[in-house]
Amino acid sequence: MHDTPDIADRHDAVCVIGAGASGLVTVKNLREQGFSVDCYERETSVGGAWNWRHDRSPVYASTHLVTSRPLTELPDFPMPDDWPDYPHHTQLLAYLERYAEHFGLRDSIWFGTEVVAVTPVGDGRWDVTTRGTGGGAERVQRYAAVVVANGHNWSPKPLSVDTSAFRGRVMHAAAYKDPAQLRGRKVLVVGGGNTGCDIAVEAAQQATTVWHSTRRGYWYAPKYVFGRPADQVHDKLLEQRVPLRLRQWLYHLAVRLTVGDVTRFGLPAPDHRPYESHPVVNSQLVYYVGHGRITPVPDVVRLEGATAEFADGRRVEPDLVITATGYLPRFEFLAPDLLDIDEDGKPDLHLHAFARRHPTLAVVGLVQADAGLLPLAHWQSVAVARWLRLRLTDPDRAVAVQQRESTRPLRSWTRLRVVPSSRHWFEVSHTNYLRALEDLLKQMEPA
Amino acid sequence: MKLELVRFKDWTDPVPSVRREVLSALPHPDDGQPPLLFVPGLGHGAWAFREHWLGHVASRGFAAYALSPREQGSLRAYAHDVVQVAAGLPRQAVLVGHGVGALVVAHALARYPARAAVLAAPVLHGRAALGAALRTNPLGTLPAFFGGGLRLSRRQLFAGDPPGADAYVERLTRAPSAVYRSLLTAPGPADPVGAPPALVVGSPDDRIVTRKALDRAAARFGGAPLLFPGMGHDLMLEPGWQEPIDAILDWLVKELAG
Repeated sequence: MHDTPDIADRHDAVCVIGAGASGLVTVKNLREQGFSVDCYERETSVGGAWNWRHDRSPVYASTHLVTSRPLTELPDFPMPDDWPDYPHHTQLLAYLERYAEHFGLRDSIWFGTEVVAVTPVGDGRWDVTTRGTGGGAERVQRYAAVVVANGHNWSPKPLSVDTSAFRGRVMHAAAYKDPAQLRGRKVLVVGGGNTGCDIAVEAAQQATTVWHSTRRGYWYAPKYVFGRPADQVHDKLLEQRVPLRLRQWLYHLAVRLTVGDVTRFGLPAPDHRPYESHPVVNSQLVYYVGHGRITPVPDVVRLEGATAEFADGRRVEPDLVITATGYLPRFEFLAPDLLDIDEDGKPDLHLHAFARRHPTLAVVGLVQADAGLLPLAHWQSVAVARWLRLRLTDPDRAVAVQQRESTRPLRSWTRLRVVPSSRHWFEVSHTNYLRALEDLLKQMEPA
Repeated sequence: MKLELVRFKDWTDPVPSVRREVLSALPHPDDGQPPLLFVPGLGHGAWAFREHWLGHVASRGFAAYALSPREQGSLRAYAHDVVQVAAGLPRQAVLVGHGVGALVVAHALARYPARAAVLAAPVLHGRAALGAALRTNPLGTLPAFFGGGLRLSRRQLFAGDPPGADAYVERLTRAPSAVYRSLLTAPGPADPVGAPPALVVGSPDDRIVTRKALDRAAARFGGAPLLFPGMGHDLMLEPGWQEPIDAILDWLVKELAG
């Protein structure tokens, strides 16, 4: 592509895509490293997934955190210490809004503006095409670097079963907002993740009949163990450097003692060890199964007419099917090869953040961990900002850092043994992942 | 540089929440300057700043807050409280610590990217301060070794015998021995996050913070110390209180413009 007069050159400025939690920390940390930043957000306010005012937000009325406050808050901007162990989603939005206000981030954000295309122009620079969500002409601006923080919980993953011949209502969990939608209905909830379990539990309190379909058995971890948030107890074990096998055994034991044998309730036994999938934290699911309010069923194989058929041949007649199948990351403004995206739509990024062949392209927030996402996104964005700064101040050292990073073994920062599923490939252990980031940050420290 | 990404202590053993005493003086109109948060040292409370500094700072267009240390605290809990109050302010705050409050601020800076930091008569190394305290006030300091409270004297805090000084000394609370033991043994603070500009102010006639300690603090946090000869340790309560706070604000205005 050649220079055209209508491309506005923003010189050393960095473009950030998205003003959700990951975008906000990126804007703040880039500015802290002295960069000027243009952040584009297609909605009209900050908060991303946590902004329930927007249609794309996946939160529902009762959404609470599944990780406790100390493991969820930003490392340099704590949540108020009088908030509960597991804050409500509206508190999280208020927290992000206060963060934006506190650091004056709104000055750098263009709301109601969508990124249409990001194309490399050589020399490590990028042309970013944007468009107002209300219409209007497209605009192209040139940036020194692009950081993608568009989230991974907004594009619903379709159900693998054809639903066109089903007479009842089918909706994705993203459209589920309020328990009133369940009242007096016969509800089938598909999906055993945190959302699927939450909705099944709410349905148990509101609907007349509830079936909960899961593909595999899960470890349903309680939110509290010994009166402490379960993730804090787990981190106590990590602090003592208890090896994985022993932790898996202890986890097993703790679940046995608190939740018990889930197969007695008709739930399938987990087909994987603890810590090999994203943890499902729900104290109430098994309780309602035990009260006969939730009937566990296997995978759905057909939805036709009035009936839903399951893998074991069982048939039921729900009038509402909620598919909690999760979400898929999407980057339609980028050519797939820029992020080395494979045919399953899975990008291949160093530390799940740095594009391998484009040193000025990074993604923040594309991880899932056994702790909250915010601290990881924070340190990712600190690493990205310091990396971009180092490239400007000391290009030789930047090359040396890049070479050393390319030899970092995968297993040191990501989980290699996870269940095969479209949402588990970016699952990390927060401590291993943070140690890898810490090591990278130390290499980039000013001499 | 010391970086800390894995923070088991913060994650698994959070500091319990308490009601915090915060005094404030607000400017009218507020034209968006960063707020200042004052952190007192041992024995003092937010009141020490309300005497003169809070109002003066507000009259110069900056929102001013002062935080009293919690009862039964520790260095970690004090720093936690500073970060909590700072993060609760509408804008990125300037942290101003006095005496041991400067040590608390130094620890808070590793957890909160302050807009700027001021360390006034900073007690950053407990041992040096303890030596000075034993020389000037052996009777008030010695009991602290045996689990008693630390009693500060007028001679330690003020250069001369200004009117009202005795009343101030009356108001001092005795810090429980566990607190200053934790101060003596605490590891040094990790590096500040967000690289805030920092200023060290003090007096060569301070009987708690030696000139050498001032230079050492300034070397770590920011250039040369700003000195106010003839003043005692309690800069904010001395009759000449206006000079240091004006110098701090002038420095801040220059930093904010830069």
